Amino acid sequence: MLLITCPHCGPREETEFSYGGEAHIERPRQPDRMSDAEWADYLFMKSNTKGVFLERWLHSHGCRRWFNAARDTVTYEILAVYEIGTKPPALDPRDYV
Amino acid sequence: MAKDFRLPEGGHIDRDRPLGFRFNGRAYKGFAGDTLASALLANGLHLVGRSFKYHRPRGIVSAGPEEPNAIVQVGLDPRTEPNIRATQLELVEGLIARSQHCWPSVEFDVGAINDKLSRLLPAGFYYKTFMWPSAFWMKYEHFIRQAAGLGKAPGARDPDSYDKTNAHCDVLVVGAGPAGLAAALAASRGGARVILAEQDGQMGGSLLSQPHETIDGKPALDWVADALIELGRNPEVRLLPRTNAFAYYDHNYLAMAERVTEHLEEKPGKLPRQRLWKVRAKQVVLATGAIERPLVFCDNDRPGIMLAGAYQTYLNRYAVRPGQRAVIFTNNDGAYGAALDLQRAGVTVAAIVDLRASPDGRFSEQAEAAGLPILTEHAIIGTQGTKRVNQVTVAPVSADGREITGPGEAIACDLVLSSGGWNPTVHLFSQSKGSLAWDERQGCFLPDRPAQATHAAGACNGAFGLASCLRQGQAAGIAAAAPADFEVKEAGELPQASDHDFLPARWTWLVPSDKPLGRRGKHFVDQQNDVTAADLKLALTEGYRSIEHIKRYTTTGMGTDQGKTGNVNAIGIVADELGLRLPEVGVTTFRPPYTPVTFGIFAGRDVDDLLDPIRKTPIHSWHESNGALFEDVGQWRRPWYYPRGSESQHEAVQREVWACRDSLGILDASTLGKIDIKGKDAAELLNRVYTNAWSKLEVGRCRYGLMLGEDGMVMDDGVTTRLGDDHYLMTTTTGNAASVLSHLEEWLQTEWPELEVFLTSVTEQFATVSLSGPNARRLLAELTNNIELSAGALPHMGVAQGTVAGIPARVFRISFTGECSFEINVPASYGLALWQAIVTAGEKYRITPYGTEAMHVLRAEKGYIIVGQETDGSVTPLDLGMDWIVSKTKDFIGKRSLNRSDMAKPDRKQLVGLLTEDPAEVLPEGAQLVDEVLARPPMPMIGHVTSSYMSPNLGRSIALALVKGGRARHGERLHASLADGKTITCEITGPVFLDPEGERLRG
Repeated sequence: MLLITCPHCGPREETEFSYGGEAHIERPRQPDRMSDAEWADYLFMKSNTKGVFLERWLHSHGCRRWFNAARDTVTYEILAVYEIGTKPPALDPRDYV
Repeated sequence: MAKDFRLPEGGHIDRDRPLGFRFNGRAYKGFAGDTLASALLANGLHLVGRSFKYHRPRGIVSAGPEEPNAIVQVGLDPRTEPNIRATQLELVEGLIARSQHCWPSVEFDVGAINDKLSRLLPAGFYYKTFMWPSAFWMKYEHFIRQAAGLGKAPGARDPDSYDKTNAHCDVLVVGAGPAGLAAALAASRGGARVILAEQDGQMGGSLLSQPHETIDGKPALDWVADALIELGRNPEVRLLPRTNAFAYYDHNYLAMAERVTEHLEEKPGKLPRQRLWKVRAKQVVLATGAIERPLVFCDNDRPGIMLAGAYQTYLNRYAVRPGQRAVIFTNNDGAYGAALDLQRAGVTVAAIVDLRASPDGRFSEQAEAAGLPILTEHAIIGTQGTKRVNQVTVAPVSADGREITGPGEAIACDLVLSSGGWNPTVHLFSQSKGSLAWDERQGCFLPDRPAQATHAAGACNGAFGLASCLRQGQAAGIAAAAPADFEVKEAGELPQASDHDFLPARWTWLVPSDKPLGRRGKHFVDQQNDVTAADLKLALTEGYRSIEHIKRYTTTGMGTDQGKTGNVNAIGIVADELGLRLPEVGVTTFRPPYTPVTFGIFAGRDVDDLLDPIRKTPIHSWHESNGALFEDVGQWRRPWYYPRGSESQHEAVQREVWACRDSLGILDASTLGKIDIKGKDAAELLNRVYTNAWSKLEVGRCRYGLMLGEDGMVMDDGVTTRLGDDHYLMTTTTGNAASVLSHLEEWLQTEWPELEVFLTSVTEQFATVSLSGPNARRLLAELTNNIELSAGALPHMGVAQGTVAGIPARVFRISFTGECSFEINVPASYGLALWQAIVTAGEKYRITPYGTEAMHVLRAEKGYIIVGQETDGSVTPLDLGMDWIVSKTKDFIGKRSLNRSDMAKPDRKQLVGLLTEDPAEVLPEGAQLVDEVLARPPMPMIGHVTSSYMSPNLGRSIALALVKGGRARHGERLHASLADGKTITCEITGPVFLDPEGERLRG
């Protein structure tokens, strides 16, 4: 079980949180102008990254606020948490054996 | 006789506390400090079980968690528990245990015929034999499971209680042997908060079995005692004996099972039987020791054949001498230590059979000096004895260890001790995702790169000498305290001790025999699952290469012991056969739990009333005292129907439904989700999340809305009321209240932070009473003097505020029944008072309380959908015929998906009504619909029944269904093909059965 640091509440057990999938996917401003394929890409096609992944978490059994996290999907290490609407911090690239 | 097996003195048992116990129905005596295994051996019992597949007689092999054979059923129903390792079970007065895997008894087991038929039971036997016909598998499985038998589950609920607790520490040390104690001492001296967990009842680890070891010139156990005193006095240290650290998860989260009261004769009533520790540690020190590896030789499984180190434990810790004449079979120097201990205990050492050409090491030199008979470059090539080994055959082996080079010689014995080296207990390290590396010199897999804040020390890290263990332990303790912000300035002097390991050794994974492998003799690799070297070779012959596949095909390492003694031997045999090195074959995945854990600790106190919260409305007590039967809706407990006298469910529901249309019904609707929405952008939020437009809704008016997911599928529905300029009250379905609130919050926080809207759940702040029927307005008018109720003043979908029965209330003219209805919201604490006032005043109208079942019938008569019943996450508003509520102009969540061409296909499943040919017949909900009934499945299915009831107002059954292209098929016939072979024919209609013009609703 992960130990996740909520930017508002501090470190808490994973059971207090809900996962929200990939971060920084913005809802298109004008969906009408998109083809079916483009819309499907927005709606369903998410990255399956090996390594540092930017993702959304909700502190659902805490402050009920959404935030972003940079998590390494290989080691499960959480490298950074940052607020919704802000840019991810610069992170060093990682090597995997 | 029994006395001969127990040494007259020594050991860590309390001879002043004799304990009586029963095994397989017979009474025996042991002492406090014994395990069941040591007590059985002290009574001369080796044969304790039958093997899993061949039902061969099996004896105690080990003295710890690795035990493959001595797996017993403990206690009487309902406190009985299967698959307990006798080698870890502390003896208590009155203990009752039985062998598993044998019928009718361990001495005579009818399943033993499988041993004679073993050539018919090769690896993968079940896969190969019971492949077809597939329908027969269920029959086969019944007999296979019965024949296999892994103990018995209790027949009644567990009478014991269990607990869970969380703990945080700077340093968690797993294992209280010399390395673990040294680590705990060092870390705690730096001020770190330490938890020390030990699976055994006594701390000290291997030192409990090695009386000759000294530390700082004193007996090693004196050092252990001093360490425990120091640790015990430190308030920052928690010592947890009898605690099995069974799982190592992410971010240094470990799960441990503590046996709290099982070892106590008098069990304090308030304490749980076991406790689950959920530990979050900044740093973890693994000092989990090592497990001895048996040699794989022909017929190596007879009772009386055990691990050399285990024998030393029984001798030195429990003062048990389980044999008179021993043969020792080894490939390393360590087993000579056991031979010397045997000699000191007065056991005849008939021979030391050594696979090595020249034994040179400290113990072998001592053994030679002591005159013990040593046969170098020899092997045991066979054993005799059914229920106890009575003879071995030894022969010289070739230099490459693969062939027998001379004739066999028989040696009589009643004990065979085998040692094939040591496997560090890397289970937790590997669970933590740390990588392993093969150590060629010591012949074992060792922790390599840790994946978490983990330190390995002692034998589990390849340090087999005592001084090395102490040194590594202390270093690990210091290293673990530092990142937790505790600098260890004074770790103390490094304790001094000797440093002898079991080397040199020669690695032979499969000991040759004079017979072809698998013929007239078996080389067991995994004794618990009865997997032999021949099975492994068969798997390779059949083309298996991956060790993970070989494991599953042969089931090696898949027993409750998870192959603690067998896995590395299996890898070695496979590697030899494939001409690879062991690390090239690799290890199988280590998975929790390290040793089996009872379900009880996972349930803990979350049982019975504490399993799941029950939500009750403020009016619940009235429903209870008026005979309501209840239905669970999510966590809510709602009145289902209120039977009167001897009424059946059907009769009660029909009466309630009829009363609503005939006069007056009253429903407790408090469970409806209610979200208070405030802020200047509230209407804009509603515009974006509902399919219809909200900008023009006036204050004091309500509107029905349909909420979609971004995929265009119906997610929820409900009525939202505009209470003020920037103030709305949204209602949701009972089951979706929390998820709708989360949905709205997610969009507000992540996509539309510019919207100024505040959401508050007020579901539990209001009680909601719904009055429905032709007399609803008349009754309500009697209870209020400040709300104008006429159709002009309070029309359908209007709201008014005032008092009802003197209680401040909001009155909504909303209907889910199709009748003139009023939903009255009052502060929750007034809910019961309001209900009672209405029921009393309504007596003259025969006011009838109705439950969820009648509510469902009433709304189905009107063709109103229930989200989750008419919809299943694949239904759009268009499918429901609700395109009237979908805005063509504005954007909303899900709109783009509705415009996909697939959504307009005419053959999508659409909501229709169904009328059965026989009006008395009620279709079962979920029934599959077909155009044509074929003789047998499969038949092309065109839809299914979503709701179905007997309607008293229509005097016939009605149903709603989703049918492919159904809207264009009104008037056509189709058939419900039921599982019992019956067919019900029905006609497709529109989904509104009653008052399609809504005259009752608006009147």
